[in-house]
Amino acid sequence: MGARTPLYEQHVAAGARLVDFGGWDMPLHYGSQKEEHHAVRQAAGIFDVSHMTIVDLTGARVRDFLRYLLANDVAKLQAPGKALYSAMLNKAGGVIDDLIVYFMDEQWFRLVVNAATREKDLAWIRQQATAFDVVVAEQTDRAMVAVQGPEARERAAICIDEEWREQALAMRPFFGMEAGDLFVARTGYTGEDGWEIVMPANRAAELWDRLLAAGIVPCGLGARDTLRLEAAMNLYGSDMDETISPLEAGMGWTIAWEPADRDFIGRAGLEAVRADVKRQRFVGLLLEDKGVLRNHQRVVVDGVGEGEITSGGFSPTIGRSIALARLPAGDYQRAQVDVRGKLLNVRIVPTPFVRNGKIKIEQEIEQ
Amino acid sequence: MSDLPGDLLYTSEHEWLRREEDGSVTIGITDHAQSALGDLVYVELPEVDQELDSGGDMAVVESVKAASDVYAPISGTVVAVNDELSDDPERINADPYGDGWIVQMQPSDAIDESELLSPDDYQALLDEEDA
Repeated sequence: MGARTPLYEQHVAAGARLVDFGGWDMPLHYGSQKEEHHAVRQAAGIFDVSHMTIVDLTGARVRDFLRYLLANDVAKLQAPGKALYSAMLNKAGGVIDDLIVYFMDEQWFRLVVNAATREKDLAWIRQQATAFDVVVAEQTDRAMVAVQGPEARERAAICIDEEWREQALAMRPFFGMEAGDLFVARTGYTGEDGWEIVMPANRAAELWDRLLAAGIVPCGLGARDTLRLEAAMNLYGSDMDETISPLEAGMGWTIAWEPADRDFIGRAGLEAVRADVKRQRFVGLLLEDKGVLRNHQRVVVDGVGEGEITSGGFSPTIGRSIALARLPAGDYQRAQVDVRGKLLNVRIVPTPFVRNGKIKIEQEIEQ
Repeated sequence: MSDLPGDLLYTSEHEWLRREEDGSVTIGITDHAQSALGDLVYVELPEVDQELDSGGDMAVVESVKAASDVYAPISGTVVAVNDELSDDPERINADPYGDGWIVQMQPSDAIDESELLSPDDYQALLDEEDA
């Protein structure tokens, strides 16, 4: 038996099929993964993401510390509540984890990091923080849910005290705010609008029940994976890890190269990768033949070389199989994937595949 | 789950077999199997006239979450495949013992029922897995 979130009983009551995820008993689905997926694209779904790790960093030099710790630059965070997505790199420029950092105030930043990397992340952050006199405090006794979909905020607003509700509804994308004993952020992992809400563990069951009563559909990790794949959002451990630089994982946009004198961990390693003209491409694939692309399948580029699918699956929104893949350098638009010994045809397509309920690769599908 | 068709034989790999009057055998996966796999999105079928060995690969069923091999429960020749599954794999979810059949085979040898499970034996296996 794995660790249980404060919402475990709610999952059982909702008929969840539970699976182990990073040592946690988490819902895979509550009946139909596809219906949960469509609920998020078309209306509103709720995910228990309490297994994720919340870390508060405090101290007079916390901003300087994060400018050293992260590949993206928290100097961009000037408005209180503003959030930033970043990689945390090792000295060689490999990805230790990807995370979201929130600017709470000048002496307080909040990180949300992955569940499976919790221990190594905390150890690394603590090790680096000592030189900056920054206090690293993991937030426990909390639950966290993501309500996602075009109707998610409107439906979820009832769980926010009236005093804060209007302000929360007016909050722009990639901001977070405290609302009484809740922390509400307009962020997510689905490619849809919505909120992520952190709450005291002892209120989680009550709030979950109210959100379901508001017509928000409970969704499991299965739908979370197909939604994030359609949105071309990376999954740590699949699309990147400590041996892969963000430049080879489609995360180049998250690296703040300027100012050139900002010395962040991994910078020298990244500069070497950036200068390498043979560095691998990270692309989206659309399967033209019938079948389903899966993680680790071999990709063959005729006359160029071979690569690998890092995340593959079936896209319920498109009705075809899609994937993210790391491929050899070169200028080409087509490849083949080895599926059980048969070479199936794929086309390289721009990402995201789907965003805000709309298929973004319409032209590629028609070709 | 409780209503296993009584006229079928089963395997520990969660397949079912129906002995047809002409001596052929229709094969599919059980309700338990389709439920565990979840929404099916693709089925890879063998060719008609293909010879299959008992325990060898027969088909692949892919759900949103994973691909799963379906093994031939007997040796023989494929006489028909359910082509409807190419466009509508969810027939297996909706009607695993009917419209969701996968392959029809002509057995190469007499079927040894002692190597297959009766409905009661299969139910016992499911109860054991649940326990």
